[in-house]
Amino acid sequence: MSTLEIDRVRKTYGNLEVLKEVSISIGTGDFLVLLGPSGCGKSTLLNMIAGLENISGGEVRIAGKVVNELSPKDRDIAMVFQSYALYPTMTVRQNIEFGMKIRGISPAQRDKAVRAAADLLQITHLLDRKPSQLSGGQRQRVAMGRAIVRQPKLFLFDEPLSNLDAKLRVDMRTEIKRLHARLGTTIVYVTHDQIEAMTLATRVAVMKGGVVQQLDDPQTVYDRPANVYVAKFVGSPSMNIIPGKIEVEGGSATAIIDMANRQAACIPGIHLSSQAASKYAGRKVLIGIRPEMFSVGNGPAQGAISIEVDVVEPTGPDTLAVFQLGGVEVTARLPPKQVNARASATLAVDRSKVVLFDPDSEELIN
Amino acid sequence: MANALAQHKPIDEALPWKTRMRFGRLLIYGPLCVMAALYLMPLWVMVVTSLKPLDEIYGGSFIGLPQTITLDAWRAAWSEACIGTECTGLKPYFANSLLMVIPAVVLSTGIGAINGYILTKWRFPGANLVFGLLLFGCFLPYQAILIPMARTLGLLGLAGSIPGLVFVHVAYGICFTTLFFRNFFVSLPDELTKAAMVDGAGFFRIFWSVILPTSIPIVVVSCIWQFTQIWNDFLFGVSFTSGGNSPMTVALNNIVNVTTGRKQYNVDMAAAMIAAIPTLLVYIVAGRYFVRGLTAGAVKG
Repeated sequence: MSTLEIDRVRKTYGNLEVLKEVSISIGTGDFLVLLGPSGCGKSTLLNMIAGLENISGGEVRIAGKVVNELSPKDRDIAMVFQSYALYPTMTVRQNIEFGMKIRGISPAQRDKAVRAAADLLQITHLLDRKPSQLSGGQRQRVAMGRAIVRQPKLFLFDEPLSNLDAKLRVDMRTEIKRLHARLGTTIVYVTHDQIEAMTLATRVAVMKGGVVQQLDDPQTVYDRPANVYVAKFVGSPSMNIIPGKIEVEGGSATAIIDMANRQAACIPGIHLSSQAASKYAGRKVLIGIRPEMFSVGNGPAQGAISIEVDVVEPTGPDTLAVFQLGGVEVTARLPPKQVNARASATLAVDRSKVVLFDPDSEELIN
Repeated sequence: MANALAQHKPIDEALPWKTRMRFGRLLIYGPLCVMAALYLMPLWVMVVTSLKPLDEIYGGSFIGLPQTITLDAWRAAWSEACIGTECTGLKPYFANSLLMVIPAVVLSTGIGAINGYILTKWRFPGANLVFGLLLFGCFLPYQAILIPMARTLGLLGLAGSIPGLVFVHVAYGICFTTLFFRNFFVSLPDELTKAAMVDGAGFFRIFWSVILPTSIPIVVVSCIWQFTQIWNDFLFGVSFTSGGNSPMTVALNNIVNVTTGRKQYNVDMAAAMIAAIPTLLVYIVAGRYFVRGLTAGAVKG
C-alpha cells in the first residue's frame, strides 16, 4: 500500500507564499503528474514530498504515515532529477548501488539488485562506464536504475525528460509508462509539458501560482477544464475561448457569438444543467471550443458558422485554419485541403463538447 | 585613415606573405627570448655560483661557468654552515619547515574544503555574509595581525613553537582555501547533494563519497598555493618563532646575513637553492593541475 496524501500543505519563504493550502490525494499505483509553468510551485511541492524542503504548514502522508519530520532517507522514496544528478566520479554500477551500500545491504544482494535493474533498463553493458561516457538517454536510464533498486513506496520524477532531444523524449516517455505498468509503484511526476501529462498520468494536478487549479484524470482535464487557465494550458493548439452569450428556450440552451459584419453565429443544443441555465440565461459567457471540435460543414445548416479564413497552416495529418470569431482569433483543426486562405468557409461545431465559462470568475459552468 | 591605408599598400604588395610572417615571428620571439634570459639570469648566477669554490668566485666573474665543479658549498649549506652560534647547517631548519608546512597545508585545505561545501551545499541564513567576511580576510595585510596574533599565541601557550606557527598559517590560509573550494563547488549541481540525501547519505558521507572525489583539481590548487605561501613565508616565521624552532626561511636569512670573514657566496647560493627546491618540485609535479584547477574555478565561479 503506498498512497500519498498531501493535506493543506503550505510553503512560505518569509512573506512569500509559494504554495497555498495544496491538497492532493492519490491511491496505490497512481501516476500523478504535477503540471504547470515554471514558478507555479510544482517542483517545490515535489521537494517537500521528498523531504528536501521543509513543510511550512499542513501534512504529507505516505502510505498513511505522516512524514513531515522524516529525513529523505526515512521516507521510503526514490527520486529522478532533471539533471540526472549521477555521481560523476562513480561508475554506473557504483551509482546504482550507492544507496544500498549506505543502507548496509550485502554485496551479493546488491549485485543481484543492480543486475535486475540493469536488465530491466537495458544498461547491463554500461555498468562499468562513468556517467561522462554516457549519452543523455543512457544517463536517464541510469538515474531510473538508481531509483528502481531502492524499491520505494513512491517514485518522484522532477522533469526527467526536459534535457533530452525531442525524439528521445518521446521514446523515454514510453519507457517510463512501461516501467510504471510493470512495477505498479505510485509515481509523482513534475513537468511543464502538457503532452507528457496527458500521456503518462492517471491523475493530473494542474497548478498555477501555488494553487491546484484542477485535479482529475487527464481526459476530464482535457474535456471539462475547471477554468479558462486549465483550458488554455492543456492541449495544443490551445482551446479557443470566445466571448458570447447564452439564450435558453424551452429546455435547450443556445450559445450566440456576435460577428462583426455578418449574422451572429448560433450553436444550439448546448448541454447545461437547469440550475446553470436559469442562472446564465441571457447573460454573457465565455465559450470554449477546442480546435478539433470544428469540422467543415456543408452549406448553411442549423448551427453552422460561416467565416472568412485568414491563414491556413498544414501540419501533415491535418490543417490548422485561423480566423476571426467573436472578436478573437480562433484556430480550427480540419482535414487537409478543405479550406483555403482568404476564402469563406462554413464550419460546424461538435456541440456536445462545447464548454462554457463564467466571464468574471473564469470558472467552468456545469 | 584613408591616407594611412594608401601608404601601407605598396609595402604589403612588395613583400610576399610568408616573408612578412617570418618577420612577425621574429618580432615576437626575439623579445621573448631576451625577456626569458633576463628572467633566468638570477637562477643561472645562483646555480653556477653554488658550484664554484670560494676562491674562484672572488677571482673570476659571477656569470661564467665554473672551472672546477664542487658540491662543497651545498654540503656546507646543508650541514655545516653557522646560524647564529650553532653550526648545524640548514638541515634542522629544513625539518622545521616540513613539520610546519605539512600540517598547515593539510589542515587549511581540509577546513577550506568543508567551508566551501557548507557555503554552497548546506546554505544557512547569513551564509553570504560569512563568505564576504572570509573574503575580506584575503585582503588583510600580514603586518596588521602580527601583534594581536602574538598575544593570541601567548594566551594559547603556543608562542615561539612550531604548532603555533602552524596555527597562524592555518588561520591565515582558510580565507584563500575557502574561496577556492567555494567557487569550485558552486559549479556542482545542487541536485547531486539532493540525490545523495535521498540515497540516505549524511553530511560527511556526501562530502567524502560524492563531493570530494570530484574536486581533485581544486585540492591540488589549494595545496600548491598553500605550500608555496607557507614554505616561502618569512614574516610569520621570524615573528612567532625563535632559535631552534625557526623555519627554513629565517635560517637562510641568518646564514646570509651573519658571516665572519669573507662572505661565502657559494654557500649562500646553495642554501637559497635548497630553500627553493621543494616549491619548485611541487610546481613541476602538480603544475598542470594548477592551471586546470584555477581555470575551472574561474570559468564557473
